[in-house]
Amino acid sequence: MGANIYKNKKPLIVFLAPAFLFMVVYLYYPFFMNIINSFQKIKRLGEMNAEWNDPWYLNYVELFHDPVVGISIKNTLIMMVVTIIGQVGIAIILALLVDNIKVGGKFFRTVYFFPIVVSATALGLMFNLIFLYDKGMLNQLLEAMGKTTLTDWKSEGIALFTMMLPVMWQYVGFYFVILITGLNNISDELYESASIDGATRFQRVRYISLPLLHNVICTCVVLAVTGALKVFDLPWTMFPKGMPLQTTFLTGTYMYYQTMEARNVDYGSTLAIMLVVLGVITSQVVNRIFKEKDY
Amino acid sequence: MKEKKFKISSIFIYAVLIFWALTTIYPIIWVIQNSFKAKDRILADSFSLPIGDLFTTANYRKAFQNLDIFGAYKNSIFISCMVAAVVIILAGMASFALVRYTFKLNRFLQSLVLAAMMFPVFATIIPVSRMETRWGIANTNSWFLTMLSVILPQIAGNLAFAIVVLTGYIKGLPIELEEAAYMEGSNAFQTFFKVVVPLTKPSFATVAIFSFLWSYNDLFTQMFFLRTKDMWAITRLLNELTSMEGTNYGLMAAAVTLVVVPVVIVYIFLQKYIIKGMTAGAIKG
Repeated sequence: MGANIYKNKKPLIVFLAPAFLFMVVYLYYPFFMNIINSFQKIKRLGEMNAEWNDPWYLNYVELFHDPVVGISIKNTLIMMVVTIIGQVGIAIILALLVDNIKVGGKFFRTVYFFPIVVSATALGLMFNLIFLYDKGMLNQLLEAMGKTTLTDWKSEGIALFTMMLPVMWQYVGFYFVILITGLNNISDELYESASIDGATRFQRVRYISLPLLHNVICTCVVLAVTGALKVFDLPWTMFPKGMPLQTTFLTGTYMYYQTMEARNVDYGSTLAIMLVVLGVITSQVVNRIFKEKDY
Repeated sequence: MKEKKFKISSIFIYAVLIFWALTTIYPIIWVIQNSFKAKDRILADSFSLPIGDLFTTANYRKAFQNLDIFGAYKNSIFISCMVAAVVIILAGMASFALVRYTFKLNRFLQSLVLAAMMFPVFATIIPVSRMETRWGIANTNSWFLTMLSVILPQIAGNLAFAIVVLTGYIKGLPIELEEAAYMEGSNAFQTFFKVVVPLTKPSFATVAIFSFLWSYNDLFTQMFFLRTKDMWAITRLLNELTSMEGTNYGLMAAAVTLVVVPVVIVYIFLQKYIIKGMTAGAIKG
């Protein structure tokens, strides 16, 4: 760019230094320190002199012997599937439907996006009331519909379902807005000429909307997968400490549990690294699958 | 015949859309209406409106008595405003430099920004917390330092995203205006603050809102740094409520209402910017 007026490079350092200093000190340095910490012996966060673990890879051995690690990875993978199918899937359906109506599109956009703005902690408390065993909203509804026994939504069999439903529900609107923006970018002429040629509504969706949305959907899926790894607030508010019986841990909540509750800080670091590795692998896999897919 | 068929499918479409809209709105309404009922009434009939002798404000009186809600609000708003302000200033300056200046490290710095977006907070929080303890910021009794210990990592967490969004907008500005300013003898800082910032105000607002909301809703960092009751911000207070008053459902409904309603009001007025801000990064990349 012919920015002749910005030839004097002296102000550059003043513009750039604060932001990059922040990122180096608060992101890059801690990220590498975290790797080192995972080889050390740290019991409390305030503890300063850390010794090396003996053997130095002790935490990584523990990672493979800890049954909860397996559970948390399994739950996180399920969470990813739920976010892809539930969030992006429902969002696609809603976006295609809204694209086909004339009145109220803006209203639905506002309403669907709303849960994202509210803190997940507040939503967690809200869902605690909704899923309450002793006559929360759902059990009252079921009773009104003729069910005689109360369902314990937090018991072992369905705890995962109870935890993932609100997480899924919260972010549908996010992908909905991304997709509807993508749909609005498709020119109307394409649809018009298709209907002149006799295409039905369904055919227009199948052969025009979906193929042209492919890249947007791709972005959504990658975001959903990485988003599933970052989930913390809702599960921790609804199912603290992985209850019941440590079956609802996700990688993120388990990392927090080991660090803050179990006072096993170095192991928490190790779990954080596992989380990063898991994220890199899954986003690579998703990228590969969705790049090859053709309509 | 054709007309009729069209109408039936439209009704079906609206039915589905309205159903989903109900799932997003009704739970909140349900909580709000139950926050005005006594605990045993919530369990007996939660779907009726709180009118007549069902209505009570006892939950709210109890909420303000037992919980320092205003204090938590004060802490939350202070943290989030600071985060939003610092993020837009630092990210704005860095974006401006990255877009307008050609220099050797430009490419490298831009990839540093992109990579920084990938770091999950889980992977940095432990060293950050130890670092801040060593500096004497975290784990102190001072209100200001404790707030600072949350503000600093949250700024860092939002910077990369803010830079990515703002560089996009600054790139789109015509350079002629800046050239004119230069001719008039303005230096780079004056050009930035008096020409670039006013022209990109809406995008700065978008980024500020995003950072504010992200920080306001972020529980994870607060769990690490806000240890004592009087330092709790609003999400931390809510999180502790379950263990403190786990079975007092009326109080919980009142607390949720007190936290959600202000957000709803702000959302109704600023929804255009909020939706844009929260999806900006995704749509671009």
